[in-house]
Order: sequence, then C-alpha cells, then structure tokens
Amino acid sequence: MDPLPGLVGFAAALRAAGVACGPDRVRAFLAAAAALGLPRLYWAGRLTLCAEPDDLPRYDAAFRAWFGGEVPRPPARPVAPRPRRSTLAALTGAAGSGADDAPHPGASDVEVLRRRDVSGLTAAERAHLRELIERLRAEPPKRPAFRRRPDRRGTLDADRVLRAMRATGEPVRLPRERAGVRPRRVVLLVDVSGSMRPYADTLLRFAHIVARRMPTEVFTLGTRLTRLTRHLRQRDPELALAAAARAVPDFAGGTRLGETLRAFLDRWGQRGIARGAVVVLFSDGWERGDPALLGEQAARLSRLAHRVLWANPHAGSADYAPVQSGIAAALPHIDRLLAGHSLAALDELLREVRRA
Amino acid sequence: MHSPEDVAAALDRVGYLADPGLATAAYLGVALGRPLFCEGEPGTGKTALAAAMARALDVPLIRLQCHEGIDATQALYDWDFPRQLLHLRALEAAAPGALDADEAEKSLYTRRFLLARPLLRALEEAPCVLLVDEIDRADDEFEAFLLEVLGEYAVTIPELGEVRAAVPPLVVLTSNRTREVHDALKRRCLYHWLEHPDLPREIAILRRTLPEVTEALAAQVAAAVRRLRAADLLKPPGVAETIDWTRALLALGRDELDAEAAAATLGAVLKYREDADRVVRAGMAALLGG
Repeated sequence: MDPLPGLVGFAAALRAAGVACGPDRVRAFLAAAAALGLPRLYWAGRLTLCAEPDDLPRYDAAFRAWFGGEVPRPPARPVAPRPRRSTLAALTGAAGSGADDAPHPGASDVEVLRRRDVSGLTAAERAHLRELIERLRAEPPKRPAFRRRPDRRGTLDADRVLRAMRATGEPVRLPRERAGVRPRRVVLLVDVSGSMRPYADTLLRFAHIVARRMPTEVFTLGTRLTRLTRHLRQRDPELALAAAARAVPDFAGGTRLGETLRAFLDRWGQRGIARGAVVVLFSDGWERGDPALLGEQAARLSRLAHRVLWANPHAGSADYAPVQSGIAAALPHIDRLLAGHSLAALDELLREVRRA
Repeated sequence: MHSPEDVAAALDRVGYLADPGLATAAYLGVALGRPLFCEGEPGTGKTALAAAMARALDVPLIRLQCHEGIDATQALYDWDFPRQLLHLRALEAAAPGALDADEAEKSLYTRRFLLARPLLRALEEAPCVLLVDEIDRADDEFEAFLLEVLGEYAVTIPELGEVRAAVPPLVVLTSNRTREVHDALKRRCLYHWLEHPDLPREIAILRRTLPEVTEALAAQVAAAVRRLRAADLLKPPGVAETIDWTRALLALGRDELDAEAAAATLGAVLKYREDADRVVRAGMAALLGG
C-alpha cells in the first residue's frame, strides 16, 4: 500500500489540531520519513512538523489518534514558564510616584496639574491638560541598525579610505563609520473597559501624540481588539480622537484582557508588530476572563517584544498593591510597572520608553 | 552513519549520551542536510551536542555566538584593512612611480586580505559542524541574513564572487527561547526540544563524565537534582549543575550525599539565593528523599 496519502493526511489532521505545518514542512516530513523508515515515523514527524514546545502535546495526541498505538515516549510535559526575577520593589521603585502626588510647596499651577490624577479634573482643567499633553517630549527608543553609516568616531571605513587613497596615494583623511541607530517600534495597547473610562480620553490623546512622533501601533483592548493606528494618523487631535471613538465599538464595556491580548498576538504581534518593539499596556488589571490565560499571553508577549511596560493608573497611589487577578498573573512577565494616572506619570512613561 | 543508532553509538564514543529522539534528530540533520534547531532549558546539552557531533564526525567545530546587534562583518567576513594598506605601500616601494591604480586596487581585494568570520569559514571548511549559539539573542535582520546563507550554503562577495560549500556543513542552532525566532528560519530547520535527561541517563552521564564517582553517589545526586527540578525554582539545575555538584562532593572526599554534605555544597547546584532559601526551608530531608 502506498503510505503517501496516510502521511499527508496525518499532516492535515495535525494542521486541524492547531500545529502550523505548511507544505514545505510536509515535504520535509516525507523526506525524513523516507530517510528513517516507518518504524521511526514518530520522530520523523516531530522533528519536521513541530516548531515550538507548545506543538509537542498536540503532536503526540494527533499521532496517537491517527496512527493508533502508543507514542514512543510519554507525552512531553507542558513547559512551565520560568518566572523572571522581578520584584514589585524593582518594578515600581525608581518611579516613586506615590510620594510625588503631594504638590510641592510653592509649585506653580501647571506643576500641580501635572501631578493630579486625571480622573478627578474639572472641565477647565481638562482643557488645560490637553494643551499640556501636546507639549510632552516624545522621542522614540533606538535600536542598532543593520547598515553602518559614516561617523566622526568609530572604526575606519576601509572602503572609503582606500577610495580616497587612489587619488593621492596617501590616507589623507581617515573616514570612519559605525553602526547606525534606527527608531524602535512602539506598540500601545489601551484598555478601554468601564473601569478605565476616566482615563480613556487622556490616554488616547497621549497615544495620538506618540503616534505622530515615532513609529507606533495603537490598539484598544476591551471585550474585543481594535486597531486605531490608522485613525490616529491625522494631524488634528480632535479629528483623530473622533475617528478613534467611532472605530471602537466596546468603549466602557467589560474586559477580557487575556483573550484580546491573544487576538492581538495571533493577528498582529507574532507576525511582526510586537517583534523587538517596546510594548506599553495601559490597564488597571481587572480581568473578567481567566487570569491564567492572561499570564500565558503576557509571557508570549514578553518573548516577542524588546520591553513590556505596564502603565496602571492605580499604581500611582501610595497604598497600591498589584493583587488584581489580571495584573498578578502578568506581573512576572513585565519589565516595568509604572503609573499612568497623571501628566507627570505619562512624562515618566515616555522617558522610560525612550530609555528602553 | 546509516541510522540513528549509529549516531547514538558514535556520540557515545565521544562521551555524549543522546536519547533516541536526539540521535534521530542528529541523524536526520546529517542525512537530509538540514540545519538542526535545538531549544530547551539551559543546561540540557544543546551546545554540547554540536561539539560532540563534530568529534563524532571527526570534522572541525565552528562556533558563532550571537548577540544583540551582531552584523555581517562579525558573522560572515571583513576586509583586513591594515594589511591592505601595508600591501599598497609595499607595491609603491617596489615600483616607485609605475603603479597602476586599477591594478593596485584589484590586488587589494583578493582572498588573502579577506578575514573569514565563522559563517564564511564554515562554508570554506565544510565538511564541518557550524554551531550558531543562542540565535534568540540576535536581531530580526540577522535572522533574515542567516536564512539567506543557510538556504543556499553559499554567499556572494561582490569583489571576489561566490563562495559555495562543497558539501553542506551540519548546522546546529540553539535558542533559550528568550525571544520567538521567526518562523521562516525555523521552517528550514529540524526542530528538536531537549528535555532534562531521565534518571538512568543522568546517572550514566555522571558516571561517564566523572569516572571516579560511585554508582551510589551518582544515583543519590541525580535523584536529588530531579527533586530540585520538580520544585518551583527560579533556575532549575541543568546537567552542567549536576556534574558541578558531584565534582564538589568528590573534591570534599564524600562518597555519600547526606544532609550536611548537601548543605555545604548547595551553592554548586543552586545559583540564586531565593532558591537556596526555599530548599533549606523545605528541609534537607525532603531534598534527599528521606
């Protein structure tokens, strides 16, 4: 009997079970099966069709279901995520924003407003705050570029030195070069659920400023995921905000952070948007769904991203403890937990993004 | 080598005990000429596999350690600028005034002025084993670049032309999963997830690496390390730590792992204070299975 239909059918069953094995993997599988012989089919498939540890349990189950019998070794244990060494003190320490909430004696009105929680502002103060947000200093974080560029210091640029020498025979000038820098992508994920409502307007204005100044992707999380990057691209903040508000169907609804974060990673993040980016998640960490899922997705995000920052409006108050189910699950995978409740806190956040 | 068993036996001869899965992976890497992508916890023998394969196949091992910002001049080739300059001066001195600029420049871009970095060396010296260590530390751009080299086993140097490997080198990539490696790169590779070895294998590894260790001590240490891995530690010990621990016990002249000896040598196996505290709090008896 020709084994080919059976093998290709197995690959299709595996795809249905959620293992992403495309045609080139299937071809590799067939080559491996030919090289190893049918008795070692388990390994031929596992080595060519799987691509990450999460695939292994699925592969074992599909193998057992398709070919019957036992897999040659006990199903691989799911890999326990290794906790990162981060304590709350280390995450929130330097910011010290709790103590800064009290206005300094003799500080100007602007200085007071900068440190006020935006959820408790009057309409006039809000208008003033909008102007202040526009003036925030937003600079992108940097990453090393692949191409080298001329520089006054750095290593000698051999090509240009030799080219210059062809005319004179002497290295009169010594052109130098060094690796350039490129702006790193910034991803803003804004929780727009009911509990974050008082902050939504300020945060979207903030996102607009950031998106205008550096390569940025903006998404809102709530009961579903919405991409706002295109809406926030307009220059005028009021028009941009209005477009964003029209686009988000779940303003002030519930929160399913884990699910929407997974949707973000599946649809956008894994394909490239989160790769090597500085990701800022604005949320108070109230999770209606399963906190374990959020923890899992946060771990996935931290593996893709360069830095993951969590800005939590409540982290600004002195007696804050990260006990909400969501934030407790995600905390081990976050590089820094910051406040995000006042203009000063947003300024601090921008500084942290620039440094990332 | 005509079967996974042959590979396992060859690796065994050079002191690397591979389980059937790993031996199959290594065999397929050789038989299909595909890179082998190894992931797993630190200390499960990913890097050691490449070294052992090089010794088993009796070919050189060429290692490329990845880091953030690594680029082509560090991985592939670079021109030896000082020597080019020196050569130009020597030409001038030999034939004053009669130097043809074009000819002189052409003579600068020849193989003798090319510094071969690991990837180019691997293509030139093949058959060999190329170890691309900790690919998860490099950038996305570097992955794309590596993909190009691994796809064809050839590179083009504009001034010199194409360098193509006579036979594909055996490529072993390792990753600690600190970052997701792009799927395009993984697709070219065989994927193997390395687990910590099971108890009998770990005892065998200990006895092989440290011939002076007694069967009883090896069994005790391996069982204790297994218990440590099951505990929820920041850094579960790898095989390297098991060997270090046994070595420490041997250096102290112990032939049995008791509570006192374990407490004295815990630093050889646990590298974080929090982990050591946790184990001490749980009690040495629990660690020793008493």
